[in-house]
This record gives sequence, C-alpha cells and structure tokens, in this order.
Amino acid sequence: MPALPADATPPVLAVSGLRKAYGETVAVHDLSFAVGRNEIVGLLGPNGAGKTTTINMILGVLQPTAGAVRIEGLDLARRRTAALERTNFAAVYAPLPGNLTIAQNLRVFGMIYGVRDLTPRIDALLDEFDLRRFRDVKCGVLSSGEQTRVALAKAMLNRPTLLLLDEPTASLDPATAQDIRRRIRAFATGGDSGVLWTSHNMYEVEEVCDRVLFLSRGRILLEGDPRTLPAAHGKSSLEELFIAVAREPLALAAMAPHPPAPGLG
Amino acid sequence: MRLARVLAIVLRQFYLIRGSVSRVLPLFVWVAVDIVLWGFITKYLATVTTARHSLVPALLGAVLLWDFLTRVMQGVTMAFFEDVWSRNFLNVFASPLSLAEYVGGLVLSAIATSTIGLLVMLLVASAVFGLSLATYGATVLPFVLVLFLFGIALGVFGSAVVLRLGPAAEWFVWPIPALVSPFAGVFYPLATLPGWMQGVARLLPPSYVFESMRALAAGGTTQPGALVIAFGLAIVYIVLAAWFFVRVHRHAVRTGLIARYSAESIA
Repeated sequence: MPALPADATPPVLAVSGLRKAYGETVAVHDLSFAVGRNEIVGLLGPNGAGKTTTINMILGVLQPTAGAVRIEGLDLARRRTAALERTNFAAVYAPLPGNLTIAQNLRVFGMIYGVRDLTPRIDALLDEFDLRRFRDVKCGVLSSGEQTRVALAKAMLNRPTLLLLDEPTASLDPATAQDIRRRIRAFATGGDSGVLWTSHNMYEVEEVCDRVLFLSRGRILLEGDPRTLPAAHGKSSLEELFIAVAREPLALAAMAPHPPAPGLG
Repeated sequence: MRLARVLAIVLRQFYLIRGSVSRVLPLFVWVAVDIVLWGFITKYLATVTTARHSLVPALLGAVLLWDFLTRVMQGVTMAFFEDVWSRNFLNVFASPLSLAEYVGGLVLSAIATSTIGLLVMLLVASAVFGLSLATYGATVLPFVLVLFLFGIALGVFGSAVVLRLGPAAEWFVWPIPALVSPFAGVFYPLATLPGWMQGVARLLPPSYVFESMRALAAGGTTQPGALVIAFGLAIVYIVLAAWFFVRVHRHAVRTGLIARYSAESIA
C-alpha cells in the first residue's frame, strides 16, 4: 500500500498483501486494495474466485496466511474488537436466527455492537426497511426478501464505517432491490462510510458501484469504473466483461492496459 | 470485556426460553422427575437395609447435587447449541464480541437456568422426602460451588468439542456426565472402586464433594483439605476448558470452520 501522509484520514478499508492458502491450494493471492470514504466498491468475480474468502478475512472469521486488514487504520489482527465495532455486514448465507423476532434480534445485535439509544435506533430501522408490521414476528417465518431486509437493518444498526454486503439484493424483487440500492447509496454518500459490495447482478453493480474489482482465481484481474471498464476491454457491457473474466481470465489479463493498481483507484 | 455484550448473550437466551415451552419445561421437569424417582427408591431402600444413617441425605442428596452439576453443564452447552442450531456463528463471531464475552454470556445463562433447576429440586426433595441441605451445614456452599465450577468446565469443553467436530458431535456431549459419574463416586464410596478408577477419581473435583457429603450424612466431619483440593482442581479444569475452547476457536478461524458452519445452511 502506498504510504499515507501523516495528516491523512485512513481509508475505511485497506487490504494489503492478503493471502489465504489451504496447504498447496491458494484461494486468495496477495490481494491489495482499499475502500475510501463515501465510496462503494464492487468485488466481482465468478463462483470460487475468492470473494467470500476475502470478505471472511475482512470480518475476522478467517485468518489470512499473510497480509493485513486495516479498518479505519486499525489492524484487524491486533485490534479486532475496535475494528469490528466500526464494521457490519449482511450476507445471503448469514440470516439472523429464525427463532427470535426482528425486534429481539436487533436488540441483541445492537447490544453486541454497542449501539447507543438502541430503542429509537431499532424503531428507525424498522421504518427505514419497511419492517414495522413484522416487528414481533420470528425471523424464521419471514419471506426470503423480508429476511434480507432484516439482515440489512442489522448491518446498519451501528452506522458502520465499513459495510460489507455479500449479494444483498439477491432475494429481493426488482422494486424493493432498487429501493434498497438507493438507501445504501444514500448511506455511503451521506456520511463517512464506505461499502464493499459483491453481486452477480451487473446492472446493479453499474448502478451502485463507484469502482469495481474483478477477481479471478484469487487475484485482482481488472479494476476501474464499472461504466467505462467494459469499453476499455472491448466489451459492450459489464455483464459481457464478467463472462469474459470467468471464461478467459488469462486473455483479459494480457489485454489489461495497466497492471491492477493496489489501493484507491 | 464489556458487560453489555455479555448481557446480550444472556438476553438472547432469555428471549428463547421465554418464548418456548420446549425450552422452559426441561429447566425443571426432568430434575423434578429424577428427584421423585430417586426419592421413592431411597425410601424403599431404607426399608430393606440396616443402614446406620439416613439414606435420604446420602442418596437423594447425591442425586440432587449431581443433577445440579449436569444442569450447569447443559446450561452452557444449550446456550452454545442455540447458535449451532440457528447457524448463527458468522453473525456472532464476525462481531466485536470477544471470545471471553461470548463464553461469559454462556456461563451467566447457565447460572440462571441451573439455579431454577436447583430451586425446583430443593423444593420437591424437601416437601416430599424431607431432604434439607441444612443437614450438611455450611459446607453445602463449597459443595455447590465446586460442582458449579466443574459443570462450567464440562460445558465449555463440550461446546469446544462441537465447535471443532461439527453439529453432529453434540451426541458426544450429552453423555459426558454419565461417563464421569462412575468415577466421581456419586452413589458409593471411592473405596468401592478398583485402584485405577480410584486414581481417576482423585483427579475429579466431584469425587471429593460426594465423599465429604457421605461423611457428613453418616454423622462424621469433612476434611477441609479435601474441599480445598476439589476447589483447586475445579479451577484447573476451568482454565483447561477455556484454553481448549480458545485453541479450537483459533483452529476454526485458521481453517474457515466458522464460515463453513453457516455455509452448511445453504448447502
């Protein structure tokens, strides 16, 4: 990572030399990137590219073989609690316990994340994610779209500086998904937070993300503005570029005008 | 360590128990049934033996205290299993919650649930069979404390086993008290055991408690040194169990086990 000036505010997320190996198999190769304030960065790639492995390492539930994760300048390995107090996440594979109501889940996780004035915060999130009428309904009986909204409400509880979203709109209908994208966009631009977003919906990525990182076989293959990147690589759309990354990663790497740059784009 | 985070785990457990008959009843029904069953067995044995001392404090007291230890262990493991069953590890371990706060929450939950079980057992044992813990005098407090600490150690150890081996391994955890009880001499003096089992018994804190309890029930006195050894051993087991849990958690973070626990839910 390039050195920051002494008075500079650190990026919300700085990943440097991140590597995860399982024996001889390397899942993530020396990944370096950053997410700045008010920035939404898309982490894209085919299944098995290393996106979830990367997110798990940023969340501290998977120990990197090498490298460092810094959240607002805090080294995750050394100051885990302080770093994760500034972080939150929603993932399609991590629903909240189905045997608690929405309000109960939000209260428990609000206490874990040290949220002040928790009751009004929960009320505000219930309204924001249109969950008020399900307040005392157990999460397990909600539809998948409603559960996704609950997971997003939990992810917003502590107004995280770093928000990690793993396919946050995968279970939502187009209208609700658009609404959620608008809210997350407003969240990122309104405060001093940054968002790392994974999605397989390229239309969504183009609409939401300021910058994308294309991952293939655990490496960053391409990086840039999702609206200009396809044309720079001779593709007509982001989806076409995604398919090329999935099918012909080596050819694309050779075409890349510049080597993938670490840090802020 | 932040108290609010510890209390969040306790609150979660409270919400679950409050809203579920299947969680409320086991807190006291099985221990009450156990006391009734052993109470009548004790009464019957009293009519066919020529025991010099009352069997009630010796046998029924042993059942009560052993059930208490079991409830403490299960209090910890049940609270942990709630996260296993609801595939909640990723949400819990990817949060600012520290391992000490998490385990502290499990232990506080166990204190609450095992206290309910103990009170119900005392109520049934005294009302129906005339057992009073006052029979043992002030030594009942170290008895309970030693059993509580050892129960916590077993609970933390059992939780670590499930974290390491996966959800199906809970079947290794339930029989732990049954495996320990023959060595702990719950119902008979340690002298009854063969030499090698007595050697194992000397390493188990409950064996000192039950030997002392029988001595008191027979009108004798306890050896203060025995309870000091029991307390010291219980502390050692707590430390070992905590160390084991931390080791298993580190392994789970290194290998991705925690993330995989959640991934199973969509497999």
